[in-house]
Amino acid sequence: MAGKSPKIDSVTGVEIREHEWDGIQELDTPTPRWWLWVFLACCIWAVGYWVVMPAWPLPSGYTKGVIGWSQRANVVRDLADLAETRKPLESQLMTADLSDIEKNPAIFEFAVASGRAAFKENCAPCHGSGAQGALGYPNLNDDDWLWGGSLSAIQQTITHGIRNQDKESRFSEMPAFLRDGILTRAQVDDVVEYVTQISGQKADAAVAKRGAEVFGQNCVSCHGSDGRGDRSVGAPNLTDAIWLYGGDRASIRQTVSYARNSSMPSWASRLSPATIRALAVYVHSLGGGEPEIAAVPGPKAP
Amino acid sequence: MSSKSMSLSIASPFDGMLALVFAAAFLGALVVGGRAVDGPMAVHAAIFALAFLTAAIFLGQRAVMANGAIATPETGYSDEVIKAGVISSVFWGIAGFLVGLMIALEMCFPDLSHGLPWINFGRLRPVHTSAVIFAFGGNVLISTSFYVVQRTCRTRLAGLIAPWFVFWGYQLFIVVAATGYVLGVTEAREYAEPEWYADIWLTVVWVVYLLVFLATLAKRKEPHIYVANWFYLAFIATVAVLHLVNNASLPVTIFGSKSYSAFAGVQDALTQWWYGHNAVGFFLTAGFLGIMYYFVPKRAERPVYSYRLSIVHFWALIFLYIWAGPHHLLYTALPEWAQTLGMTFSIMLWMPSWGGMINGLMTLSGAWDKLRTDPVLRMMVVAIAFYGMSTFEGPLMSIKTVNALSHYTEWGIGHVHSGSLGWVGYISMGALYCMVPWLWKRPRLYSLQLVNVHFWISTIGIVLYITSMWVGGILQGLMWRAYDNLGFLQYSFIETVEAMHPFYLIRALGGSLFLIGALIMAYNLWRTARGDERVETIATAPLKPAIA
Repeated sequence: MAGKSPKIDSVTGVEIREHEWDGIQELDTPTPRWWLWVFLACCIWAVGYWVVMPAWPLPSGYTKGVIGWSQRANVVRDLADLAETRKPLESQLMTADLSDIEKNPAIFEFAVASGRAAFKENCAPCHGSGAQGALGYPNLNDDDWLWGGSLSAIQQTITHGIRNQDKESRFSEMPAFLRDGILTRAQVDDVVEYVTQISGQKADAAVAKRGAEVFGQNCVSCHGSDGRGDRSVGAPNLTDAIWLYGGDRASIRQTVSYARNSSMPSWASRLSPATIRALAVYVHSLGGGEPEIAAVPGPKAP
Repeated sequence: MSSKSMSLSIASPFDGMLALVFAAAFLGALVVGGRAVDGPMAVHAAIFALAFLTAAIFLGQRAVMANGAIATPETGYSDEVIKAGVISSVFWGIAGFLVGLMIALEMCFPDLSHGLPWINFGRLRPVHTSAVIFAFGGNVLISTSFYVVQRTCRTRLAGLIAPWFVFWGYQLFIVVAATGYVLGVTEAREYAEPEWYADIWLTVVWVVYLLVFLATLAKRKEPHIYVANWFYLAFIATVAVLHLVNNASLPVTIFGSKSYSAFAGVQDALTQWWYGHNAVGFFLTAGFLGIMYYFVPKRAERPVYSYRLSIVHFWALIFLYIWAGPHHLLYTALPEWAQTLGMTFSIMLWMPSWGGMINGLMTLSGAWDKLRTDPVLRMMVVAIAFYGMSTFEGPLMSIKTVNALSHYTEWGIGHVHSGSLGWVGYISMGALYCMVPWLWKRPRLYSLQLVNVHFWISTIGIVLYITSMWVGGILQGLMWRAYDNLGFLQYSFIETVEAMHPFYLIRALGGSLFLIGALIMAYNLWRTARGDERVETIATAPLKPAIA
């Protein structure tokens, strides 16, 4: 080294190191100060963090940190705090008479907030996040109810569900009229034409007239002589424009021939009674909720 | 040492022996295929058998033709294997980007796979990640490392068959991995999905790769080892360790494609992320820093900014990176002390990562004017900028309170792609643009204007990609955690999915621009290799640099 003056890079004025690889050389620039200081600061911060927080494993256990912070303890505490905050309103919701809930703004708001959250988590996959329903899953915003739209009826449906293993679930079964050989293909066609007619759509009057006879012999026990349905057996009103499985001829023919009989789970074992109550209030509040003694035609449930 | 490396260069006796080994392996694959208990295993045994048979015939033929004569060692650098690596890099890159675009569109339109199991999101996602990381990135790393180690050691690559074995063996691994995913074969370990037999094969290939690299370093004619080679060596050695530990598993039967991991529960999760994070650290960071340390000073024709910084940041990076994996498991069943260590080591990693950025960018001092005239250098400089950005974002996202918002959201996808498209993609493409004229002995690229077009189309693509994922991800995180004063959640999960739709569309657009850029590059490189030169007037006289 001595005696041989170092090569200086003309652009930066920094010494160029001796070695060269395939034409690549290296400058002898010192490590930037700010880089070193920030690196050092990060390391010091890390050491400080280790002192404060749980950090290093030990032969048994680990260093707990000086402030005793614990993620798990925090979650337990936060959940307990939350339960504490909700407790008064929740107990009021449980003790209040169903018909009084909507008259008490504090409980009502709590129930709707709770019900909305529970709905989005549990009910939205079938009924849609806006409760708008989908093919085979009823819209809960309107006032057309299969099993009743009063608070208690809704609560009952949510608690035990429809056509499932729960002994108290709502139950009814429409026959598959064609598959089970109850009706002939021609009779099915006739009754489909009649249903099309009573739902207010254009229909062939002569065919519908034959269909009315079939309807009278096979359908009135559930759907009623006027076709307006019966909530005690979940039989839908056939005279309006609301259809669970579609109101065009092909859909109705499919329903009459093979039946649908879809189910809804029982929520009693999955949700708390308070949550179910809140859900009932929320669904009831969507627009189609009915008063407790519903003034609807058709026989009442016993 | 020299006699050992000589013996590797002698063709015939070695060829005959290897031919027998491959013939035996061929028979083994036939036996396994014949007794395979599941369809994918039969397919893979057939692929292996075909590959082994081809190798045995090729080597056997050579041995017979040589007829006992001892071939003279070849002189100069061995560049043919690097050319093959360049071609396969471009091929796998485009394949990987295309599959990426496909799954991006499947996120926008979930029915796009039409119920076909082979192309559903779950199977194509590992095809995309493996194709871009391991097939594209891996081939770029192998070929550039072979290129750089020869030039900076002034010696021919060690071994005659060995580098070719590394190349073809690696391609075989890629084919087995990708066909496995499509057929539903997976270990369900992120970025390490291939099953046990593919893992064993990769181990063999990787050990040979390590030996070729070490033997070349050992016979170097330069007194010192250049910094790029430290990074390459760290990459090769560490990936070997990561691969071996993470893939420790027990096959149900050697005739079947299913195996079970040696780890369970939270230990398994930590092992996976220790691997996964260091795949980022040593594959996508250290390896590509090796590329940067050779190609940036070479292209800029400037000395590396600071030798001292390269030493300090190399060792700091190597030491700190390996501990940061637990930051992928914050707020999980992982013990709190491990979460703390993962987070703090990530913060300490910030400056060591930035050391590479400083060294790369500052190497340009005195050559900044070249960014105006050389889009290849511009691409590599932008790569370094993306590297700096994503290595700042990484430590930021490892902070627990930030992670509480960002984790599991599209922000993570944005972060990964600013690193992978911006850093890994651009530094690789820059290296490819450099190497093709050098390897094929062409005076210049076919068209610098096309490089310019590629650069801008891809850059717009990257920006669309990462900004849509940032904004979308933060929106998603905020929607997930939105609750009222009584602690009730405000959004259903499906509402947060619906909210992502426009961002997914923008992302797919960004991805398609990046793919278009890569296609332009492929065309340009192909014309360059053919020896075509497009007449264009891009090289304006460099302006006088501002007083530095």
